[in-house]
Amino acid sequence: MNLSVKNKYNEEIYPKKSILDVNIKEIYQFKDLLFLFVKRDFISIYKQTILGPLWFFIQPILTTIIFTVVFGRFAGLPTDGIPQVLFYLAGITCWNYFAECLTKTSNTFIDNQNIFGKVYFPRIISPLSIVLSSLIKFGIQFLLFLCLYFYYFFVHNSIHPNITLFLLPFLIVLMGLLSLGLGMIISSLTTKYRDLRFLIQFGVQLWMYVTPIIFPLSSLSGKMKILAVLNPMTSIIETFKFSFLSAGTFNWIYLGYSTLVTLIILLIGILIFNKTEQYFIDTV
Amino acid sequence: MSLTRINIENLDKQYRLGEIGTGTLSHDINRWWHKIRGKRDPYKMIGSKNDRTSNNNSDYVWALKNINFDVKDGEVVGIIGKNGAGKSTLLKILSKVTGPTNGKITINGRIGALLEVGTGMHPELTGRENIFLNGAILGMSKKEVANKFDEIVDFAGIALYVDTPFKRYSSGMRVRLGFAVAAFLEPEILIVDEVLAVGDAEFQKRAIGKMKEVSNEQGRTVLFVSHNMNSVNTLCNRCVYLKDGEIKSIGETSKIVNEYLTNENDSKFSIEYKQNNPGDDIAILHSARIINTDKQTIDHSNIKDKIGIEYTFEILKNGYKPIPNVHFHTVKGEHAFTCAESPRDENCDIGLYTAIVWISEELLNVETYLITIGLSTMSPVIIHFLAKEVLVLNTIENIKHRTEGHNQKISGVLRPKLDWTIKKK
Repeated sequence: MNLSVKNKYNEEIYPKKSILDVNIKEIYQFKDLLFLFVKRDFISIYKQTILGPLWFFIQPILTTIIFTVVFGRFAGLPTDGIPQVLFYLAGITCWNYFAECLTKTSNTFIDNQNIFGKVYFPRIISPLSIVLSSLIKFGIQFLLFLCLYFYYFFVHNSIHPNITLFLLPFLIVLMGLLSLGLGMIISSLTTKYRDLRFLIQFGVQLWMYVTPIIFPLSSLSGKMKILAVLNPMTSIIETFKFSFLSAGTFNWIYLGYSTLVTLIILLIGILIFNKTEQYFIDTV
Repeated sequence: MSLTRINIENLDKQYRLGEIGTGTLSHDINRWWHKIRGKRDPYKMIGSKNDRTSNNNSDYVWALKNINFDVKDGEVVGIIGKNGAGKSTLLKILSKVTGPTNGKITINGRIGALLEVGTGMHPELTGRENIFLNGAILGMSKKEVANKFDEIVDFAGIALYVDTPFKRYSSGMRVRLGFAVAAFLEPEILIVDEVLAVGDAEFQKRAIGKMKEVSNEQGRTVLFVSHNMNSVNTLCNRCVYLKDGEIKSIGETSKIVNEYLTNENDSKFSIEYKQNNPGDDIAILHSARIINTDKQTIDHSNIKDKIGIEYTFEILKNGYKPIPNVHFHTVKGEHAFTCAESPRDENCDIGLYTAIVWISEELLNVETYLITIGLSTMSPVIIHFLAKEVLVLNTIENIKHRTEGHNQKISGVLRPKLDWTIKKK
């Protein structure tokens, strides 16, 4: 038997873990589990399908068509001079990633109560794996966006990227962390009070309509614009569009604000989640 | 001094009774209000004992209260108690599925809990993918699982299906695969719930066999939860007896098992009738009890001891020759034996009688016997009373005192000690 630590307790179980007691080492020990969860989440979606991951293309294509018809043609909303299809697809690709992470992570405790009730592993592995496996899906949908983008780039020659394109990885990380933080807060609260579960469903949809997905930020002014910028997702989406299409709003202050909000929400999320994970099985 | 593997200090666990609703919110607010003023949680001071049968007014119940004990390296500790005594809660806290309300546990070593097999198996993934996933959930690294992969597949006997989705597996294969992964987990401390040993006879044998291998041969520290006093007796050095969430006693296995059998009233060792006595207009039963040779009432007995069944009946009419009789059944319903007094010539007069039948030592097996008490007249046959299964007797054996190496229960409803003659021809 392998006894590495003699006469030294290597684990303690206390009633209430200190709020800052985040065991990074333990999370690292379970890194294999994290990757296996990512693999499971991703593989299990397209098992027993012929087209496999290609199905991920269908949803953004259909949504883009609908948006183009409804908001572009009928409502005639402006798109900063960008081809409508490209404008909507850019917003939808980003929003899909954010929305999927948020809805899935906010169900962490309820969806996993069976497994959480039987074995212990750091619970944060679950929401982390969701953010990572959704990233794969985002990558595939991003490819679709790139195809369309290159089509317009070469054929229409009306659009061009700019230097802020280097911010792309940062934007993706920001979206992932913001949804992770919010999802962890919501999932912790739903263990006791299920009310939030109902709120999140239409909450995410509503949120999409106040984020510049179907309209450009430049179409707003005055108080409306200030309100829109208070939404941390606004500058992320606008920067994404700006970097690829060189149209729209880019502002370091707006982006800095989004980063700050993301970090605060993430911190609160980790603290609440950490406090909840020890006892949630008694109240879920 | 050997290493302390688990140290439990003043452990409490409180549960809220009833549904979680608006009451929870108001309690949470009250709790929070106490907290910001620096006061103690008001609900931690109340709460009633975890006696499920009685109603109480409190919203809170103590599933565990003031639990203190140590487990040393290499020890096999049994945790016994009736349903609801807090055994599972204790295991859940030890395996970190839920947290304690008060107190502290210190653990030295990796804990592996065999509480449930096959947790987290995904139906769409293949057997191979599931072995890795399940292993990781139980705390094994990818490398550890890869090293043991062939053994796991072999133990589960699913080599043919290893690349087939889990959902196509038969239920037997699912359980076997789950158990195989868990069985190859190599923690320093193993927590085993005997409830695990469900499934077909072969699987049970395998599961119990594995537990024995782990505890006896590999010298691993084991916490073993069971209702079965026989397995506790064979496997454990020491026992913790939980009752209504508190430690009733702790100590050497045979002593604690005796105490458990004494206290838990699934043995009915005496009965007294004040009204509605069984009987007819000729004879009625007044009382019955199980006694030892000193005529003391006993609740269980060692199979090496002589015991008696004593009962008092009243004859209400002259002119009959009633014969007392007793019938032993096992809890499984097997009829062990019937024993009646030999017929008598003289009639019994009106009055009170006490009958004792002595059951010789080394006749009964380790078993729970249901005892039926009767009184009948033979010609013509009249059954005056036949009080069915009024007494329950638990017999035990101190297996550690056996001289032979064999330490299993010897099967059979009886286990008489008989004389053997062996001659060399």
